[in-house]
Amino acid sequence: MITKYFNKHTDAKPLVVFRIFFGVMMFISMLRFWANGWIEKLYIKPTFFFSYYGFEWVKPIGNYTYLIFIICAIASIFVAIGYKYRIAVIIFFLSFTYIELMDKTTYLNHYYFVSVLSFLLFFLPANSQFSVDSYLRKKKYIRIPRWTIDSIKLLLAIVYFYAGLTKLNSDWLFRAMPLKIWLPSKYDLPFIGNNLMQQEWFHFAMSWGGALYDLIIPFLLIFRKTRFVAFLLVVFFHVFTRVLFPIGMFPYIMIVSSLIFFDATIHARIISWIRKIIRIRPLQLLSIKEYQFPKLYKKIITSIVLVFFTIQLLIPWRYFMYPGELFWTEEGYRFSWRVMLMEKAGYANFKIVDEKTAKFFYINNADFLTPYQEKQMSFQPDFILEYAHYLGDHFSSQGHQNVQVFVDSYVALNGRMSRPYINPKVDLYQEKESLYHKKWILPFTSDIKIKGL
Amino acid sequence: MVKKFLSLVFLAVFMYSCSSNEGEDESIIFVDDFDRGLMLTNLADNIIIPSYEGFATNMTLMKNAGQTFTATPTQNTLDLFRSSWLDAYKSWQRLEMFNIGKAEELQYSFYMNVYPLTVSDVQNNVINGGYDLNNVNNQDAQGFPALDYLLHGISDNDADLLAIFTTGPNATGYSNYVNAILNQMYGLTQEVLTHWKDSFRSTFINSKSNTATSSLNKLVNDFIFYYEKGLRANKFGIPAGVFSANPLPEKVEAFYRKDISKELALDALQAVINFFNGKQYNGTSSGESFKSYLLYLDRYDIFISIIDQFNLAWQEINNLTNNLTEQVTTDNSKMTRAYDELQKAVVLLKVDMLQAFSVNIDYVDADGD
Repeated sequence: MITKYFNKHTDAKPLVVFRIFFGVMMFISMLRFWANGWIEKLYIKPTFFFSYYGFEWVKPIGNYTYLIFIICAIASIFVAIGYKYRIAVIIFFLSFTYIELMDKTTYLNHYYFVSVLSFLLFFLPANSQFSVDSYLRKKKYIRIPRWTIDSIKLLLAIVYFYAGLTKLNSDWLFRAMPLKIWLPSKYDLPFIGNNLMQQEWFHFAMSWGGALYDLIIPFLLIFRKTRFVAFLLVVFFHVFTRVLFPIGMFPYIMIVSSLIFFDATIHARIISWIRKIIRIRPLQLLSIKEYQFPKLYKKIITSIVLVFFTIQLLIPWRYFMYPGELFWTEEGYRFSWRVMLMEKAGYANFKIVDEKTAKFFYINNADFLTPYQEKQMSFQPDFILEYAHYLGDHFSSQGHQNVQVFVDSYVALNGRMSRPYINPKVDLYQEKESLYHKKWILPFTSDIKIKGL
Repeated sequence: MVKKFLSLVFLAVFMYSCSSNEGEDESIIFVDDFDRGLMLTNLADNIIIPSYEGFATNMTLMKNAGQTFTATPTQNTLDLFRSSWLDAYKSWQRLEMFNIGKAEELQYSFYMNVYPLTVSDVQNNVINGGYDLNNVNNQDAQGFPALDYLLHGISDNDADLLAIFTTGPNATGYSNYVNAILNQMYGLTQEVLTHWKDSFRSTFINSKSNTATSSLNKLVNDFIFYYEKGLRANKFGIPAGVFSANPLPEKVEAFYRKDISKELALDALQAVINFFNGKQYNGTSSGESFKSYLLYLDRYDIFISIIDQFNLAWQEINNLTNNLTEQVTTDNSKMTRAYDELQKAVVLLKVDMLQAFSVNIDYVDADGD
C-alpha cells in the first residue's frame, strides 16, 4: 500500500506556488531583519554568543556576517524564481540555519520551522513548472508525486497539532496563563484595549480558543468542506496574534503556507495572476505528464523523508526522559512547537570566587552581555552554564587563580512569585554541558503545580 | 457537522470561563479602570515636580552661600556654605532616580553626583583654569562630590582651608572653581525644572501607552535602574567590594565629609519607598503609584514582598555606622549584609514587578514567538 501511495501523482501547481511565496517571504524577512538593524545589534555588537550544544563552532564572522545574510537573501530569490532550485534551496537552508545557530538567544520556533521546511523543500520538485529551471530545460511537468505536496501539509499539521498539544496543561487552560499577564498589558489597543483585553473570561476564551484552533485547524484544512472556513480562521487567527504580539513575519508565512491545502484550481489562478503582474506569457514548453524521481534517488529520498518525519514526531516528546517540571528546567523544551506558552523572567547574579582564599566578587552582566542576551540567559539553565564557563575562562585568563563560578538566581514563571532557580552552592565552572539532566537546577517548588502535557 | 461541533465547543468554553468566575466578585464587565494617566499625574504633580522645586530652593541657597563664602571666606560663611551643601545634597537624593525628559537628555546626574571624585582633575582645573565643565572628562570633577572635597577634603582643619581660599597661591582659582561648579549645577537644575513646568509635564502624563518610549515604561525602567545602580551598587556594593576583589572604602558617597554617607543612603532609600507607594513630597497622603498598580493587578503578594524587603534593607542600613568608609574598613560584613538585603529587592522589582506590569522594555524589539 505504501509503495502504491508513493507512486500516486497530483497536480504540481500547489507546490510551485508554495515555492514562490516561500522564497518571496524569506527574501522580505531578510530585508526586514537588515532594515531593523538586527544584524548589527544581534550578531555584530555582542562580544559573546550562546551556542547550541554540538554547534559551538558556529559563530558570527564579524562584518562578514552581512555576507551570510546576503547569500541567504539571494538564495531565497533563486528559490522564488526557481533558478538552480536545488542548489538555491540547499544554500538557503545552510545559510539560514547557520544564522540561527550563531546565537541561541534569538531562538524562535518559527525560525526552526523555516530551517526544517527548507530542508524538506530540498527533496521536493518545486521547480517542476513556472520556474526559470523549467524554461531553461524547455520542459515542464504537469503532475508530481503526491507525497511531495502531502509532506508539506504534514509538516504544517505537525506544527499546529503539536502546538495545540503543548497547550493542554493546567497553567494554560485553568489559570489562563500567560495570556492573563500579556493581554491586559495591551490596554492601549484601539477599541478592545481597555475593555475586552481586561476581561478574565476573555483570557480564558483566548486560551481555550487558541488551543482548540491549533488542535483542529489541520483537520479543517484537510477536509474539503471545511477548508474555506478554515482558511478564514487561519487569516483571522494570525492577523489577530500579529496585532497582539511582536511576532514579525511568522503570521504571514503561516497564512501563505496554508494555501497548499487548497485544490490546484486556486493555484492555477494564482499563477496566472502572477503572470499578469510580471507580464510574462505562458511559454510553449514540452509538457511531460508526470515527474518521476530518478530511480537511483527515489528510494533514498523517500527514506530520508520518512526518517525526517519520524524524528519530527518524536523530538517534541523527548522531555519525558527528563525529571522535573519541563517549564522550569526547559530540558527538552525547544524544537517542540511550544509557542507563547509561558511568561518567564529571571535574574542571575554571578559570583567569582577564589577557591583558596574564599575571596569573591559579583559580575555586572551588562559588561559581557547585551540586555537581550541577559534576559534570555537569566531563566534558561543551558545559557547560565555556558555563560558561567565564559566568565570562568575570562577571569582565569586575566590571571585570577582557582576560579569558581557560582550563581544566585531567581525565576518567576507564569505569574508565580520568583523562586531560587540554580543551586547557589554548585561551582558551575566544574559542570559540563550535556544532554543529561542538569542536577544543579533547583526543583520547582511552587504550590501551584503544572499538570498536563 | 464540524461547524456544529465547533459552536458547541465554543459554547462550552464560554460557559466554562463564565462559571470559573463564580465566587469572585460579580462585576461582569471588568474594564481597565486603572488610570495610568492618574498615576503619572500623581507622580509628576505630587512627587517629581515638588522634589525638583524643593531641590531648586536648596540649590539656590547653596549657590548664594557659596558666593558669599568665596567673596568673604570666614569660619561663619564656611559653616553656612557647608550646611547648605548638606541640605542640598540630602534633597538631591530624592530626585536622582528621575532620569527622564530633560534630565536624561542633559545627563543631568552625571554633572551633579559622579563619585568617586578624581581629585587630580579638580586640582588641575583649579591651578590651570580654562576648564570646560561640560566636557565628559570633567564629570568626575564637579557636582556634589567636588564641593565635598573643596569643603572638607583639601585640608586637615578649617584654618588651613580658609587660608587656601584667602592667602593661598591659588585662592582665586579655588574660588572661581567653586562658583563655576555652583553655576553649572544651578543652571542645569533650572533647565530641568523649567522644562518640567513648561511643557514636559503634559507630555509626560499623556504618554501612557505600553511602548518602549512611553512615560510609564521609561519610568519603571528608570526606577529599577536607579535602585540597582545608583542606590544598591554605588552607595553599597562598590565600596563594600562586591564587584571587585577587595573592598574600596574610598568610593563611598560624600567621602570627604565622612559622617553623612549613611544618612544620604537612607534618604535615597526613603525616596525610593515613597515613590513606590506614591506618597506625596513632604506630605502624608498617597496617590496612584506602582503600589496601587500592583494591587489593581491583584498582586498583593508582590507588593507586600517588595515593601517588606525595603524595610529589611532599611533596618540593615540603619545598623551601620554613620561613616560608611569606616564601616567598610572596620566591619565590612555589615555593609555586605545591607547590600544583600537591597539586592533581594532587585529580584522582586526586576523579575516579579516587571512581569506583572508586562511592560515593553526597550531591548526586546526583536521578534518573539
